Amino acid sequence: MEIIIPILAAAVRSGTPILYATLGEILTEKSGISNLGLEGIMLVGAFTGFSVSLSTGSPLIGLAGAFAAGVLMSAIHAFICITLKGNQVVSGLALTMFGTGASSLLGRSYIGVTIPGLAKLPIPVLSDIPYFGPILFNHDPLIYASWVLVGFLCWFLVSTRTGLNLRAAGDNPRAADAMGLSVSRIRYAATLIGGGIVALGGAYMSIAYNKMWAEAMTAGRGWIAVALVIFAIWNPGRAMLGAYLFGGVEAFQLRLQATGTSIPAPLLMMLPYITTILVLFIISVKKGRGLIFGAPASLGIPFFREERD
Amino acid sequence: MRIGSRPSSGFLSWTIEKRLDAPRRLQFAIPAFSLVAALVTGAVFLALMGVSPFEAYSAMFRAAFGDGYGISETLVKAIPLSMAAIAVMLCFTMLVYNIGAEGQIFMGAIASAAVVRYFPVDNAPAMLLTMAAAAGIAGGVWAAMAGYLRARWNVNEIISTLMLNYIAIHLMDYFVYGPWRDPASLGFPMTAPFPDAARLPLLFGTRIHMGLFAAVFLAILFLVLIRYTRWGYEIRVLGENPKAAGFAGINYVRNVILVMFISGAIAGIAGMCEVSGLQGRLQHGFSAGYGFTAIIVAWLSRLNPIAILFVSVLIGALLVGGETLQIVMRLPLSSTLILQGLILFFVLGGEIFRTYRIRFRREDA
Repeated sequence: MEIIIPILAAAVRSGTPILYATLGEILTEKSGISNLGLEGIMLVGAFTGFSVSLSTGSPLIGLAGAFAAGVLMSAIHAFICITLKGNQVVSGLALTMFGTGASSLLGRSYIGVTIPGLAKLPIPVLSDIPYFGPILFNHDPLIYASWVLVGFLCWFLVSTRTGLNLRAAGDNPRAADAMGLSVSRIRYAATLIGGGIVALGGAYMSIAYNKMWAEAMTAGRGWIAVALVIFAIWNPGRAMLGAYLFGGVEAFQLRLQATGTSIPAPLLMMLPYITTILVLFIISVKKGRGLIFGAPASLGIPFFREERD
Repeated sequence: MRIGSRPSSGFLSWTIEKRLDAPRRLQFAIPAFSLVAALVTGAVFLALMGVSPFEAYSAMFRAAFGDGYGISETLVKAIPLSMAAIAVMLCFTMLVYNIGAEGQIFMGAIASAAVVRYFPVDNAPAMLLTMAAAAGIAGGVWAAMAGYLRARWNVNEIISTLMLNYIAIHLMDYFVYGPWRDPASLGFPMTAPFPDAARLPLLFGTRIHMGLFAAVFLAILFLVLIRYTRWGYEIRVLGENPKAAGFAGINYVRNVILVMFISGAIAGIAGMCEVSGLQGRLQHGFSAGYGFTAIIVAWLSRLNPIAILFVSVLIGALLVGGETLQIVMRLPLSSTLILQGLILFFVLGGEIFRTYRIRFRREDA
């Protein structure tokens, strides 16, 4: 047990950036816009969060800055995909390239600098529970906030009128339009706020997880999050499960490396990516057998208000 | 047809109308405009960074086209770019998003280095052909796996090809940091230099290698295949209207796997050309993200193989210029990614002018 507890606690920590990114993308995709630029948004979020925390000395202001940067980044995507009705796949790729480039150009003078970052906040009483305490309740506030966000999104998407409107825009924009909703306004809001949440995932890496900035530090987590949205069948609760599964794979892999296994590090580092493909495969087979539903019906399809289908 | 109108506060209002057919001149004007607009936006970035954009751009231009060496370096970059772009173009034609050219390049390079290591022969043509075959098969199989998952099981190919990129890059690191590392490399992650028989001949006494001919040959070959053969027609129909293709009896599963295999094979051979023609050994980080940049090349070229050759030279120049910025102005190499992303944004944004026109109208109050 003594070996497993630190691994599980590490799984929660390393799963959190992916969790934020997945939640942001779920919100965006539920409105019908697919944003593949997560990797770029996360990197810009990580850089902005780090540099703002460093200059203001406040991780909270850093997080706010990262959120704003994520909103700005996804505004480009929203403009191209919603207003100009451009190709969402290619726009997402462009966003990733742009974000990777912009963050490494702006961040070049921050390499090697560390910050105190976000401090741990053990929850009194709960953190003393044997086993569960150290795994779940001895973390930084951003982790607890991600649980609140999961609960909020579940409630918001299912039980609120705004959430229903958002899903209507993603499932049947024509019906949403006939109901008097502005599909593009809903999609803009979902893309911008979703992008802000994704950026928080990046900022988690630089402010709470590594407490430093490095070029391309997200190492594909944005893309793993894109896959996790499918794994989660657009359900925030399942996203949490998936993110911690991946956190677990990463924590396990790092642990193996640290204990000096005979398996070479590069082979161990493949694990999360291989897991992603396997997970996608299993989900797709299940979907093919009609066991899973849930993708927004109009995901990735631009909506032309004055055109007939 | 009217696509939404928005009366402005003054007398001028505008409507967006669908064009019946896109004027031909826009096919050139939009990519050209996108390049210029990206450079202008990039200049704003540079200025914000405290770097003189004029100085930076003129340094980039001089580096890429200023002298014989610059031009040859530009072409050296254009070779793998154009091959990877042809690979990507083929998949995009049938709306399969192969984002994995980078990984396929790596697999091709690994396979050709394996041939050099385990089956060396002294005869250069035999050696090079075996290397190319191994590279083609390795890259092809790498891509076809994603193709199979896409066609048979509907697994999102964007994610699977991307994940395969990371796996291929780590696989190469495993070899060059581990069993294949040259003991004489002083700890650098690289294999021993290839023997002469495994080196693609160089042209005109520059670093340009025979891969140039391969790139031009592939461009012409695929122009003909896509435009003038039954198979090319099938994949175009699959891209434009999969439903109609199904009714016409065109096999989706088989074509996706086949196209992905061919695409991966081309990218794999690009990887082989890179290690055999240019670097003469397999080493960590040998590809400067050609597989990703190829996506921009393919998109800017509007999926036309011949246009790809010319656009590759332009983007190759951008990459050479970017390296100069790194050396002269100490900007990170990945900052050329900003320009690449911007170019794509503007091309995408510009597309609307191909399908729609904006009409301004004066209204009487």
